[in-house]
Amino acid sequence: MSPPVAPAGWSRWLVPPAALAVHLSIGQAYAWSVFKPPLESALGLSGTQSALPFQLGIVMLGLSAAFGGTLVERNGPRWAMTVALICFSSGFLLSSLGAWTEQYWLIVLGYGFVGGIGLGIGYISPVSTLIKWFPDRPGMATGIAIMGFGGGALIASPWSAQMLESFGTDSSGIALAFLVHGLAYAVFMSLGVLLVRVPRTEKPVEGAPSALQGPQVSARNAVRTPQFWLLWIVLCMNVTAGIGILEKAAPMITDFFADTSMSVSASAAAGFVALLSAANMAGRIGWSSTSDLIGRKNIYRVYLGVGAVMYALIALFGDSSKPLFVLCAFVILSFYGGGFATIPAYLKDLFGTYEVGAIHGRLLTAWSTAGVLGPLIVNWIADRQEDAGKHGSALYGVSFLIMIGLLVVGFVANELVRPVDARHHIPAPRKAADVERQQSESA
Amino acid sequence: MSNDSSQSPPDRRLLIAFAWLWVGAPLVYGLYELVHKATQLFTG
Repeated sequence: MSPPVAPAGWSRWLVPPAALAVHLSIGQAYAWSVFKPPLESALGLSGTQSALPFQLGIVMLGLSAAFGGTLVERNGPRWAMTVALICFSSGFLLSSLGAWTEQYWLIVLGYGFVGGIGLGIGYISPVSTLIKWFPDRPGMATGIAIMGFGGGALIASPWSAQMLESFGTDSSGIALAFLVHGLAYAVFMSLGVLLVRVPRTEKPVEGAPSALQGPQVSARNAVRTPQFWLLWIVLCMNVTAGIGILEKAAPMITDFFADTSMSVSASAAAGFVALLSAANMAGRIGWSSTSDLIGRKNIYRVYLGVGAVMYALIALFGDSSKPLFVLCAFVILSFYGGGFATIPAYLKDLFGTYEVGAIHGRLLTAWSTAGVLGPLIVNWIADRQEDAGKHGSALYGVSFLIMIGLLVVGFVANELVRPVDARHHIPAPRKAADVERQQSESA
Repeated sequence: MSNDSSQSPPDRRLLIAFAWLWVGAPLVYGLYELVHKATQLFTG
């Protein structure tokens, strides 16, 4: 399948909504928890069992992004968005059948396995195209799309809850809700499939740099460079630090002020979690756009360096001031989102646009690792501290010190990033041949 | 002159507005729900 080339006069401002149509949909994954209690009561599942579809979905996201990236580069964004639409929607339809027949394995297979492939392919589908359309503002362009992944849960969470309230929380109500989700997301994502186009030339905007400017490195070569693995460490450390707070946000703020006159109610803790979601989303677009002005290396210095300072402030003074605690957590979560959204532009700076989507897909294995590492550190240490008779903010002191250490490791890794050695670059004649091939395919 | 104008690309402003509305409307709904919930931190 050849990539869809934009006709003359096609506006590049049609590409971000195409990307958002996909990312706002697949971001629903983070709202899976809405379905957990109804599934548990309707099908007699434990909490661990009802988390299985989400967990498998995230594993499949990492695997399909890592292994499907080259196919996405080869076949183009429309192919990738079509695959994402089919897999993500079919996942819901299979889950609907599973809920209707009370066969839970069908829900795990549908939402987790099939839908998870849609998550991974959908996540990387617009990245390379956006960077090619916005060579002057790659951080902003990918920030818009990746902000959508955060925004997807904000939409799905109240929407799914209202739907379950209307249809009922028995197996037939859940089945109907899954069916409506599958159909609605198929329609919503189709806008992305219909609108997405690759630019006609490597210089889609007057006065902007060429998309093929600078060194170009293939995905196969990129994973052999120290730069790839340094960025892998940077992303992994930054995400781990963010998840460290995100994972236990509600109990954390409650524990921090439990022994003070500023105790936090359950609804206020829920408000804190919502505020962190806003920080996560705002960071994706805000910090990523800022990276276009101050540079990728500098913005990661901020994420990792200032992030470590924020953790230190929480550890030292967090339990004496609620505004300080909330402010520091807000900043850390904005850096968490910013780290996700800025990484494609950092990859483009180092490896060029040639196979940046595929390289990004491979780098997302750092996210999967951090997804395990972050909660493990915070939960395990909090449990050990509780066993030792500690309570309140003392439960988290050691975790925060570890987070500071991880951020310092990430900071050092970022400092070690240098331009990629010329021996990894694609030779110019081959680059030219590829461009020629792409043009002939699209003609 | 008429030949030039017939070759000019079609005006896509309506399509751009529609596309942004398509993704913007649900996002505004999600943000409204989020702000509503986040205010509980200060009032709850």
